[in-house]
Amino acid sequence: MDISNAKYFQGINIDKDSGAVSADGVNQGVVATIDGVTMHVPLDPSNTHYAEIQKQIAAGELTIADAD
Amino acid sequence: MGITRDMADMRGKGGGAKNLIINGSMVVSQRATSSTGITTAGYYTVDRQQTEINNAGTWTMTQSDDVPDGEGFAKSFKYDCTTADTSLGTSHYFIHRYSIEGQDLQELMYGTSFAKPVTISFFVKSNKTGTYVCELQQLATDGSYPRSGKAFTINSADTWEKKIITINGNTAKLIPDSNARGMDIMIWMAAGTDFTSGTFNAGNSWTTTANERAGALTVNIADNTANEILFTGLQMEIGTSASSFQHEDFGTTLEKCKRYCYVAPQHLGYTTGTNSATLAPSGTIQFSPNMRAAPTCTGTYTPQSGSAGTFAVASVNYSYVHVYNSSSNWNVVAIVVSDFKADAEI
Repeated sequence: MDISNAKYFQGINIDKDSGAVSADGVNQGVVATIDGVTMHVPLDPSNTHYAEIQKQIAAGELTIADAD
Repeated sequence: MGITRDMADMRGKGGGAKNLIINGSMVVSQRATSSTGITTAGYYTVDRQQTEINNAGTWTMTQSDDVPDGEGFAKSFKYDCTTADTSLGTSHYFIHRYSIEGQDLQELMYGTSFAKPVTISFFVKSNKTGTYVCELQQLATDGSYPRSGKAFTINSADTWEKKIITINGNTAKLIPDSNARGMDIMIWMAAGTDFTSGTFNAGNSWTTTANERAGALTVNIADNTANEILFTGLQMEIGTSASSFQHEDFGTTLEKCKRYCYVAPQHLGYTTGTNSATLAPSGTIQFSPNMRAAPTCTGTYTPQSGSAGTFAVASVNYSYVHVYNSSSNWNVVAIVVSDFKADAEI
């Protein structure tokens, strides 16, 4: 599995009056390019993509950037 | 014979849910009906049917209408070689794989003296005659991968044949009682010497020795672009005999498949109610049924007008996903989520 451009994504707060969006500061998953496709991967060990991300991190082949 | 015994005997004879395989008739294909240029492992077309490839040619995979006569099938899974590999490396392979959750296999009672045999049956057709291998791979609770396989032969080119394989239960290793992978059916179609150099154990015992896995394999299905192979009617049932394939209605099979893959070509729209570059359309997509695990999500936005923005996920679990527009340079009243896919396969 070819994984690149991995970065955490966070939950959002939506202002009830204006509708403006802001990050809530809590990592919810990893957005990454996997086999050429942008995918949003949850932080769930049962998810096969997340399991592969953890495997590649342990092997020193991948790092995850902080959320924007 | 009492009622309890009668009911038990019904299993495998049309009296209950005998087939441990979902979509064995290959009728559901949510992702696509055809996919080309495949060189890596994954789920591409027919639901629940996975391909394991490691440097063994390039393939087109199709949900095909070519089916055996007189068996009631409408679809099959077809592999068509488009770039050949006539000289496989030692660690290279090409395998058709079907994976089952551990919690759905507890009735096999593996890891106990009561461990039950299973019988796998399927229809296969190929121009490439010779001996192939059908293997069960267990993912045991201790982290090991015990395997047991049997050879089968495609005798006549371009002819549908039914194959039946029985494999004894593993009395030594437990299957995890969870939503994790508990067992794979692996149909070997090409393999390097890392998997063929050992003595094939002929399916009556379980081993973790890698070089015995495909020891009986005599073919390399990837060796010619004229090669193709088709499967349908994949069934695994408890016991030592195969019964006729258990057909079921499309809707039932689709619902079972949605536990692992949910595809919505065009989902509901989200609107801000005003043309603005600061208000983000957002909303939730509910999974029904709940998925096996929190899925990996992909999608795109189709705007009502203006720029599309960027599809983003705020949170996701096995029950729903909350999506929104994370772009800073869009300007639309409403958007529609297109090509949405949630993947919780194993």
